[in-house]
Amino acid sequence: MKKKVFAVLMSAVMALGLAACGGSAASSPAATDDSVVATADGQEAAGPDIKVGLICVEDENSGYDASHIDGCTAAIKALGIDEKNLIIKKDIPEDESCYDNAVDLAEEGCSIIFSDSYGHQSYMMQAASEYPDVTFVACTGDMAASSGLDNYKNIFPHTYESRYVSGVVAGMKLAELIAADPSLDPYVGYVGAYPYAEVVSGMTAFFLGVRSVVPEAHMDVQYTNSWYDPTAEGAAAEALMSKGCSIISQHADSTGAPSAVQAAHDKGQNVYCVGYNVDMRSVAPDVALTSAQNNWSVLYEHMLSCFVNGEEVPVDYSAGYADDAVMISDLGDACAEGTQEAVDAAWAGIADGSIQVFDTASFTCQPATDGSYVVDDAGVVTSAFGLDADGDFVNDNGEAIVDGAFVESSLRSAPYFSLRIDGITELN
Amino acid sequence: MNHSHTHHEPLLRIAKRDPLPRSKAYAVRVIAVLISLLVSGIFIFSVTKLNPIAVYQSMFQGAYGTNRRMWVTIRDTMMLLCISLGLAPAFKMRFWNIGAEGQVLIGGIATAGLMRSLGTSVPTPLLLIIMACASLVCGAVWGMIPAIFKARWNANETLFTLMMNYIAIQLTSYCVALWENPFGSNSVGIINPKTQAGWFPKLFGQANSLNVIIVLLVTVGMYVYLRYSKQGYEIAVVGDSENTARYAGINVQWVTIRTMAISSAICGLAGFIAVSGASHTISTSTAGGQGFTAIIVAWLSQFNSFIMVLISLLIVSLQKGAVQIASQFNLNDYASSVITGIILFFILGSEFFINFKIIVRGKKGGDAK
Repeated sequence: MKKKVFAVLMSAVMALGLAACGGSAASSPAATDDSVVATADGQEAAGPDIKVGLICVEDENSGYDASHIDGCTAAIKALGIDEKNLIIKKDIPEDESCYDNAVDLAEEGCSIIFSDSYGHQSYMMQAASEYPDVTFVACTGDMAASSGLDNYKNIFPHTYESRYVSGVVAGMKLAELIAADPSLDPYVGYVGAYPYAEVVSGMTAFFLGVRSVVPEAHMDVQYTNSWYDPTAEGAAAEALMSKGCSIISQHADSTGAPSAVQAAHDKGQNVYCVGYNVDMRSVAPDVALTSAQNNWSVLYEHMLSCFVNGEEVPVDYSAGYADDAVMISDLGDACAEGTQEAVDAAWAGIADGSIQVFDTASFTCQPATDGSYVVDDAGVVTSAFGLDADGDFVNDNGEAIVDGAFVESSLRSAPYFSLRIDGITELN
Repeated sequence: MNHSHTHHEPLLRIAKRDPLPRSKAYAVRVIAVLISLLVSGIFIFSVTKLNPIAVYQSMFQGAYGTNRRMWVTIRDTMMLLCISLGLAPAFKMRFWNIGAEGQVLIGGIATAGLMRSLGTSVPTPLLLIIMACASLVCGAVWGMIPAIFKARWNANETLFTLMMNYIAIQLTSYCVALWENPFGSNSVGIINPKTQAGWFPKLFGQANSLNVIIVLLVTVGMYVYLRYSKQGYEIAVVGDSENTARYAGINVQWVTIRTMAISSAICGLAGFIAVSGASHTISTSTAGGQGFTAIIVAWLSQFNSFIMVLISLLIVSLQKGAVQIASQFNLNDYASSVITGIILFFILGSEFFINFKIIVRGKKGGDAK
């Protein structure tokens, strides 16, 4: 009996197995045909017949990565490239797996490959040195110009512009809170990812936006040492609120901070938040004022169109409000009266140049200890390094202070404003 | 009477079965893999409405689709295999070394540190030998700490080795912050990208040939060591019964420490291979959970080195395939983890049917499977 049942089961499994194998044999050419047809269709659609690769540090659940995936997809559509020819690798950490995936995309026939996170760049550069016929673009990276490679590029939007304008929104709200309660400390908090130029540039721009409305404002920054950590971002926001911050902004990619602010608000605390990447009203309907946003599609489209048209792909490409590459999300219901007008005025000022985000007259610094910038007696910065890529405290390419303002993202695409200005305190 | 009869004999009961002949045992395992593919096929279709065959094809493509992918699969298989080989003697001794993850990282830190500091001054062949020795020693020392505590004070090695992982991870984080390049990236980046100093050289035109050579040498060595050496026999005796070992005059404390030193030294060597022969960088994901996966490999193979090769290859192929289906069908990574989980579940489950039989009430002898 035992043997019989075993035999029956065995044969059943074998039959199923055979069926599966048979199925695979029958359908495998079909599947291959599908992909061939798809490629052929792409050619017939008269769009450029190239494959594009995109490496993302998280998946679409992270607002930052979603904006890259959407941006790249929109650029592909705009250029008439078949969407099937965009290969996206998600959840690729900032380690050697980035290199493996970049090489894999190159082997799969991608002729231009993007990566979306700062820590990817070293691995992209390695892949670029091994695949000279493929163009590698490390978004937000800063090593392209110094890499000596022809096929390695960086792009970055003028995020400091949208951060400044989102700071104006926060400043309007802060002014409203102070008008209601004159004893309120004009205190804002900022949840930052890592303590380096990209984050420092953004938080300073935000803070200067706040201070353009509330000159006596001061700000504390708590770093999470991660781009995406909802728990740590929420905890950092809670710590800042418990210190008395009324408005929390962020340079980190999750909804952790806005959710924490909404929860505190629900408990009766009068706190608000300014997000990043995505409209935070879905998780923080009562407290989200706005979010600083990047329209990555503008940058992707520029790089891809240069590439497709056989033009020189820029080593560094950066674009701002003038090119529609940065924006802020729709204003939340909690915004103060007159915010829209202030926002419009700020954008107009940025567009016509009457507002310089990093106007040296608008901030002061303590004297530099490493010689990377010079301040006068009043603490106004008169000279600053553009770049010091190798950390030897020698200015690598150019003076950053031009006509009384620190000019961001012109010497290279990635931000290099890393001055620590008075009024901002880094807590960790 | 009748009532008590049914009470005492349930519908199904489980009994230990006589050892199955080897061919039959493998047949059960193969059947388990086939059923697991069927079940995950049903899962794929019911959740995603994708053709499961196309998904399996894509998994195969992901692991072996191009020459390069095949080599990545081989490279990662060697890494998993090396850790599994390291775990084998400890587990055979019934010393639950859950600390491979940390031992790999310690070997990796030693390698990366030497690669950074000596890259410009020492020629690569010599540097490779220095790094290999350093990783072996560091791994051994890291693993001997819990072994000494176990031997001297009978400290629980499962918790001890597990906790040592977290120390190793924090140490790695510290080194990453120390060696960060460029600043702010929270990543060490590729070490010596221009000079490739301290990287495994290309042999026979392949960047990862040396990985294969080293690990296969360890494979054969471990097979011979466990099966034919006196020390291997001591390990088996200590594993079966410490009292028997003591009665036979085996110094259990010394065997414990020695075996664990060998075990963790090989895990440290895996860290060397990971840094010098694959990633050329160090991060907390250098071990990447393989230290835990290797436990499954070591157990499933019952410490037979050559079966470890097959199981490592199967698991790494599944992992590679899972990544491919995630990108090709725009599935979330989790969908592919579910498939890997189903397959592993069935493989592990098959061990149950190899060792036990299910007896149905009223049938003499019962039946399994």
